[in-house]
Amino acid sequence: MDHGDGSVVLLERHSVQAAREGLITDAKDSPPSLLLSSQKMYRETIIDFEQGCKCLEAGVSELKRILEEETTSETLIDPKQYLELYTTIYNMCIQKHPHDYSQRLYNKYRDIVEHYAKKTVLPSIQQKHDEYLLRELSRRWGHYKVFVKWLSHFFNYLERFFISQRNQPPLLEVAMKSFRDRVYLEVQVSAKDVVIALIHKEREGEQIDRELLKNVLDVFVQSGMGTIERYKEDLEMFLLEETESYYARKASSWIQECSCPEYMIKSEESLKKEKERVTHYLHSSTESKLVEIVQDILLVSVEKHLLEKEHSGCSALLRDDKIDDLSRMYMLYHPIPKGLEPVADAFRVHVTREGNALIKQAQDAAANGSFVEAQLLVGKIIDLHEKYMVYVMGCFKNHAFFHKALKEAFEVFCNKKVGGSYGPELLANFCDSLFKKSGNDKLSDEAMEATIDNVIKLLDYISDKDIFAEFYRKKLARRLLFDHHKVNKEHETSMITKLKRQQGGQYTSKMEGMVTDMQLAKEFQKGFKGSLTKKPGGIDLAVTVLTTIHWPSYKKSTDLNLPREMVQCVEAFNSYYQSITTARKLSWIYSLGTCHVIGSFDPKPIELVLSTYQAVVLCLFNDTERLTCQEIIEQLNLSHEDLVRVLISLSCAKYRILNKEPASKSIATTDVFEFNSKFTDTMRRIKVSIPPPSMEEREKVVEDVDRDRRYAIDACIVRIMKSRKVLPHQQLVAQCAEQLSRMFKPDIKMIKKRIEDLMARDYLERDAEDHHIFKYVA
Amino acid sequence: SSVAQISFPHLEAFVRGGTLSSSMRRSSAASKKKSDSITSSTTDLFRSGPSKATSKEMDRIDHLFNQYANTSSNLIDPEGIEELCSNLEVPHTDIRILMLAWKMKAEKQGYFTQEEWRRGLKALRADTLSKLKKALPELEKEVRRQSNFADFYAYAFRYCLTEEKQKSIDIETICQLLDIVMGSTFRAQVDYFVEYLKIQNDYKVINMDQWMGFYRFCNEISFPEMTEYNPELAWPLVLDSFVEWISEKQA
Repeated sequence: MDHGDGSVVLLERHSVQAAREGLITDAKDSPPSLLLSSQKMYRETIIDFEQGCKCLEAGVSELKRILEEETTSETLIDPKQYLELYTTIYNMCIQKHPHDYSQRLYNKYRDIVEHYAKKTVLPSIQQKHDEYLLRELSRRWGHYKVFVKWLSHFFNYLERFFISQRNQPPLLEVAMKSFRDRVYLEVQVSAKDVVIALIHKEREGEQIDRELLKNVLDVFVQSGMGTIERYKEDLEMFLLEETESYYARKASSWIQECSCPEYMIKSEESLKKEKERVTHYLHSSTESKLVEIVQDILLVSVEKHLLEKEHSGCSALLRDDKIDDLSRMYMLYHPIPKGLEPVADAFRVHVTREGNALIKQAQDAAANGSFVEAQLLVGKIIDLHEKYMVYVMGCFKNHAFFHKALKEAFEVFCNKKVGGSYGPELLANFCDSLFKKSGNDKLSDEAMEATIDNVIKLLDYISDKDIFAEFYRKKLARRLLFDHHKVNKEHETSMITKLKRQQGGQYTSKMEGMVTDMQLAKEFQKGFKGSLTKKPGGIDLAVTVLTTIHWPSYKKSTDLNLPREMVQCVEAFNSYYQSITTARKLSWIYSLGTCHVIGSFDPKPIELVLSTYQAVVLCLFNDTERLTCQEIIEQLNLSHEDLVRVLISLSCAKYRILNKEPASKSIATTDVFEFNSKFTDTMRRIKVSIPPPSMEEREKVVEDVDRDRRYAIDACIVRIMKSRKVLPHQQLVAQCAEQLSRMFKPDIKMIKKRIEDLMARDYLERDAEDHHIFKYVA
Repeated sequence: SSVAQISFPHLEAFVRGGTLSSSMRRSSAASKKKSDSITSSTTDLFRSGPSKATSKEMDRIDHLFNQYANTSSNLIDPEGIEELCSNLEVPHTDIRILMLAWKMKAEKQGYFTQEEWRRGLKALRADTLSKLKKALPELEKEVRRQSNFADFYAYAFRYCLTEEKQKSIDIETICQLLDIVMGSTFRAQVDYFVEYLKIQNDYKVINMDQWMGFYRFCNEISFPEMTEYNPELAWPLVLDSFVEWISEKQA
């Protein structure tokens, strides 16, 4: 064998690939075929260690020379020389003891790589500085990898048999360890500084050689020998530190100079750039850490300042409908833990302020005696809700925090008082005028449904839902009884159905009962009409039978002295009713009645639409010319208060059907009344309206609701105690408040009072040891 | 007459009951009592008791009873109690008389039955007036023991319930009762509470729970700082309002 031949063949580029592949196939497949010839050789000659090393060193220095020349074209060891090297090592490994040089060859390998790293690679890098240092490091790292690869070809046999049998570190590991210890550890500090300086330049907008950084950072990663510890400790840690101080400087200047939208754009851009940086040259594990730092410094630390910026903060963005900026704000803060809370809070504060402004406007107007604003208020609040719901769904991506913020904001101002009216009352009034309007077909069905939906949403914010129900029921009753020609039944039913869906069946059972009553009454009336042979008292009588429990409580007025004709009507109906059922008792509510009376005035007869009270009063004048107020009271058995209202409507208001002496605006018991036969009007039919009984209604509602609440609290406490048997006071109160909050916001004192009442009634008792614990008394 | 100002519950009941006839009967009843007591003690001589000593003691106790009892009802009635008080040289508004009632477990305000009398005096080992007088300081000590006082305090309330199914007591009586029962131990609390009860309009009567609540209040809450007081606990509402009232007053 010719060991002396150190010739190298430089091949044409296009043939390199083929040659290399051939080489690999050789390396894999040749040993068996070589085995025969080498066995033959073995028998002929023994290669001693020195001799083998000489051959090896020749190959190694050839390799070094080629690497050093670094021609543009690919270089390769002459296949012949490669084969010779491979064979030599192979033979040296398989020679019988004491000529088996496997261990020594392994050591030799180590010496070669150590020597190369220490004497060639390191000095050349250390000569360079700044970016050149990185370039050299990158170049030498490339060389080293090629060098090691070739060596692994040479030592292929050693690797495959000796190392695996002896359980020694693989050759590549030995080589990497040498590089790490001899080169990496020497230069990593300077390299790291240059890397960080370059990244800084890039952050400041300069172009840098990203490929170079990628290669250099690969050295850091590879030097971890399978882990990324070296990368993390020697580079990443410093990079993150630098990032932090870099963005801290940026944040403090941007927050001064920029508006909130500008700041957010810069932050968004910074985040994007940092992510790009990771994809281009940093290790992927760095991304989350970098992003977190940037978020923390740019977004979290200045969040309050940023959101509250006077002319461009969250409130200003909401005010000016800056949808894009608000969306950006959401996107930036969404990924940050606890990042969205302040945004949602700013949203809440803004919406609350807007809502309070509306309330204030209405309150001020009411204080000046104008209630128009109060009537418009609910509509405005609905508009406000729609407006901000769009933000919640759009900019804020339907996020629960913003739903909650909206709810909390509306809860604040929806429950405020305006001009003596509670929020729930205003809402009920709104519904009333809405449904009265709907009869006139001013609103399309779709618009109507949408408004109903909005009302239902607002109701969710009302804490005293029971008060709403009570007012709503009162209004509904009036609509059904007096405006039934205007009422659109489908709309009414739709509202009740939606209320039922949101609040449960118990909430609407009375309202449903009222609507059903009206339907049944129609059929009942048909039956009654059919049963009559002639009109009782010559009057067309229509009766609406209501189920007492469904309707608001009305004053029963059976003791009113009706005119003879009307008495006949009542008797006729009573007897018909008794023929239908005996199980129920009828009580007449004349205060809710309506009468159509023809007034034979001198100029022309006019049809008067009157309440029963008004009609009854007028009928007295059929028989008598003049009556005093006191006489009327005595004849009719009507209360003074009711009569005063009736007399005002007939003698001092728009239509003066009765003449009054003296002609003043108030009614005294001694006043004398007389039929005004000269009365006339342009219309053939007029409705003489009667003033409602002043403030009574509202007080009645509050009183009724209060009573219902006492029952509700009692029932709730007993229910809880029945299942829990023993419960500390505070828990009982909390559970009770929680269960009732669906319907109203119970006053804690009221709950306490109910507990004391239940104790007095022996439903509960105090624990003998701890008097703050209650026990259920079965 | 000074009856209206008498602040002792026994006599309150007496006045409320309006037993005009009984007060008119007073002198004749007193003379009747004496003759009656003689007959009863003579008949007792022939009764066979469990042992001579105890039966002798019981005789003397009964003898004492008969000195004050109304012969027709065989009860010591309000007049009898008044007479007993003056013989004991104790004002009838004194807490010790209420303690004596507690010891007897007297059920009806202003009256002692013979059974109650025997129970009380036997326990006190008092079969003569002078022994009873001497036993009173001991009795007071006994009642003031923490373990007994809560029971006595509750008893005082029950003792004032004179009507069938009555569960609460009017504010005025409560104020007098508080003064008697708690006045010496929790002077400041009682004074403030009485003042509060008299000016407030929410409560016309006080029930047992509220009555006991005040007792716990005095024992558990330092006064007048009341730092331990937590209105979120199950204190009766009247105490919440009371504490609120004091705090406003102090501020």
